Amino acid sequence: MSVDILMPALSPTMEEGTLAKWWVKEGDAVSSGDVIAEIETDKATMEVEAVDEGVVAKIVVAEGTEGVAVNAVIAVLAEDGEDPASIQPGSAKTPAPIPAPAAESTPEQQTAPEAAEPQAKSDAKPEAAPSASQSETPSATSNSGTRVFSSPLARRIAEQNSIDITVLAGSGPNGRVVKRDVEAAMAAGAGKASTAARTVSSAATAPLAIGTGPDPRKIAGQLEMAYEEIPASGMRKTIARRLVEAKQTVPHFYLTVDIELDALLAMRKQVNAAVPEGVKISVNDMIILASAKALMDEPDTNASWAGDAILKYQSADVAVAVATEGGLITPVIRDAQSKSLSAISEEMIDLASRARDGKLKPHEYQGGTFSISNLGMFGIREFAAVINPPHGAILAVGKGEKRPVVRSSDAGDELGIATVMSATLSCDHRVVDGAVGARWLNTFQRRLENPLSLLI
Amino acid sequence: MAETSYDIVVIGGGPGGYVAAIRAAQLGLKACVVEREHLGGICLNWGCIPTKALLRSAEVGHLIQNAAAYGWKAENVTFDLDKIIERSRGVAKQLSQGVGFLLKKNKVPVIEGSGKLAGKGKVEVTDKNGKKNVLSAKNTILATGARARVLPGLEPDGKLVWTYREAMVPDSLPKTMLVVGSGAIGIEFASFYNDLGVEVTVVEVVDRILSAEDEEISALAHKAFTKAGINIITSAKVTGVQRGKNDLTATIEMADGKTENLKVDRLISAVGIVGNVEDIGLDGTAVKVDRSHITTDAYGQTGEAGVWAIGDLTGPPWLAHKASHEGIIAVEKIAGVEGVHPLDTSGVPGCTYARPQVASVGLTEAQAKAAGHKVRVGRFPFVGNGKAIALGEPEGLVKTVFDDKTGELLGAHMIGAEVTELIQGFGIAKSLETTEQDLMHTVFPHPTLSEMMHESVLDAYDKAVHF
Repeated sequence: MSVDILMPALSPTMEEGTLAKWWVKEGDAVSSGDVIAEIETDKATMEVEAVDEGVVAKIVVAEGTEGVAVNAVIAVLAEDGEDPASIQPGSAKTPAPIPAPAAESTPEQQTAPEAAEPQAKSDAKPEAAPSASQSETPSATSNSGTRVFSSPLARRIAEQNSIDITVLAGSGPNGRVVKRDVEAAMAAGAGKASTAARTVSSAATAPLAIGTGPDPRKIAGQLEMAYEEIPASGMRKTIARRLVEAKQTVPHFYLTVDIELDALLAMRKQVNAAVPEGVKISVNDMIILASAKALMDEPDTNASWAGDAILKYQSADVAVAVATEGGLITPVIRDAQSKSLSAISEEMIDLASRARDGKLKPHEYQGGTFSISNLGMFGIREFAAVINPPHGAILAVGKGEKRPVVRSSDAGDELGIATVMSATLSCDHRVVDGAVGARWLNTFQRRLENPLSLLI
Repeated sequence: MAETSYDIVVIGGGPGGYVAAIRAAQLGLKACVVEREHLGGICLNWGCIPTKALLRSAEVGHLIQNAAAYGWKAENVTFDLDKIIERSRGVAKQLSQGVGFLLKKNKVPVIEGSGKLAGKGKVEVTDKNGKKNVLSAKNTILATGARARVLPGLEPDGKLVWTYREAMVPDSLPKTMLVVGSGAIGIEFASFYNDLGVEVTVVEVVDRILSAEDEEISALAHKAFTKAGINIITSAKVTGVQRGKNDLTATIEMADGKTENLKVDRLISAVGIVGNVEDIGLDGTAVKVDRSHITTDAYGQTGEAGVWAIGDLTGPPWLAHKASHEGIIAVEKIAGVEGVHPLDTSGVPGCTYARPQVASVGLTEAQAKAAGHKVRVGRFPFVGNGKAIALGEPEGLVKTVFDDKTGELLGAHMIGAEVTELIQGFGIAKSLETTEQDLMHTVFPHPTLSEMMHESVLDAYDKAVHF
């Protein structure tokens, strides 16, 4: 059995490091305790020792590579009697890294452009999943990072039928997921697919069988519709999976307000005139900061549903959706509540440009406590976004435009013109109740309409 | 005055009943066992255990007769039938006392007598002197077992026509014998008496012996028993018996419709069993009986609230280990233990302790195909196994049946030396729901017969190494 050698964590908080040097090359025999590589972080350099005995079959991450994520496969070891040439990274039976979840449940790592190292492009990139009957199914892992106990047969049947085993309730000893649980989920899913009217409520109770439903290939074939087939990238598959999961498991509701931007636009003009050359604060930067401050004002919205508890976060880590060629990615501005507008602006420019180049590092797009999606630049007036779990809410921002507004004063109502932007908050009702979401949206509105509060 | 109020009254102290009572005691329930004869039931007193003792004697004889092959000289070897039987009875007695000790240790009282339902929440026990005693029972588990089925014309008489019971304690050794029925019981007795030098004929109504087993295994068994000297007639039935003074003549209708007469000293009727549903107070209750077996739900609950049934009484497979397991399930269900699941009978192994032994678990190849599986079949013969050769047991086969798509182990079927001790390995594999991958990655010790289990799995995926 081949063994994957993983990027070690030199400290509990380390998320990535630089592979400074390889002390071995492919084909070298190593035994337990041999120094095989050096890893650097900004704080320390450390030697990596071999744990197992064998022959280095493949070096997956080349010397000098920066930003190698902890637990990424850096090399593969062939054990005694194995043909190193036949080994594919990722096919090895590796003990599930703790506490990092197994590869299957961290789609970001699989799909992120950065996760597959540039040096590994040619031959070391994991092949498309090997044929099901021969592949090792990794231990399933739940979203919270704890292992889901399941039988090998249950895992294989789930895999073959695109059932997410981590959401099944196990009926075996100590809650182990066994064949009958997967088959029950399949039966429920099949029942769902055959029902003519598929309602939201039935979808919510059905298992997460991704990709069930009418087969478009079949329909296109029957109707002789012409089409081009584009294989789904890992990123696209992840988007598909995550969004289905979000829409099926997160009870969404939506709140919309209109926000007058004239004061904000005036202040922006003043600020941009005052800041050094090269810095240009955008309305979006101000929306990010206003969101972060509103999250501190109304911390109940800065929260996640954790199954048996609500996690209330202490900082506002705002994930901002960026459209790239491959799909959507959401880099995170951490501690946004305590950053200045210029800092947010700089960070956003950097993150967005690297996102478009596929150069984001996992820690730059993982996590976050809240998201913002802005389609104003496309002229969209208002829309409702899909929550990005485990976030408790997402803000959908429309275009700022001149609209007629009714102004009331002692003299009576009169019609005026203002620059107005509609913003819609999608809330996870398990965490954010209607009144809580409304309070947050009011606070957000007040901060944008009284923009000086952003400078304090 | 003895305590007469119980959470669970178990009627019958066989492998279903006594295990149920011990489990109840472990769960803190007040339970008792009502037993009319011997603790341990048929299994321990007149079935599984004493026959294993008899077959062990036969095996020892077989080894001695073949001692020369192992470099030993053993001449003028004889046996003493009385001693063989005495040993068998001794083994049964020792274990029956052991059950009594286990019940005592678990503080489960044994009430001697015949139990029957006597109205809601009541069990009436009649002891051997006819004295009646009524127990009150929140729940009653019926575990009264089964007895030999009787075919018209083949009624046992205790002298010429035997059931398993007389066959286990013969007063003298017949010269010739007819065994009717080739299930595990018939085949074990045929093998035992054949090894003692009796001329044995087996008549089976269907077209193969051990018809519950995989067809390939049946065929190999047929060959092995024929080679050992047993005369086997399949697709035939005994239509009548003429009983003489010290022998009998059986009329056998052959596959082609012709009849033949066979004169033998003794006949063993081993044509299945029927449940002991009489005299246990079922009249007037909602307990349903279907062809001598009590109908229950998957947990042993009968149609009558508070009345449960387990083991042979509820139908096939008629096996002690199935009864024990059902007893535990019923008790846990009564006690409200969480996560109790019905018995998956596809995981219940079956063993026949003849020479050669036969053991299996799960679906046969034909059953798997009939159930719609596309199968992968692995085979490994004893002749390819080092330990089998060293033992001088080069005949036999380990066959495995997998679902081609999922790699589920659907069934395993074995014939040959010691396979009854091997089958539980596949039982565990099935119970844990391993796939072929897990079995392939398991390290089997060398040299053992168990290596054939590994090779058979490998063979199913065209990876067998040693054959």
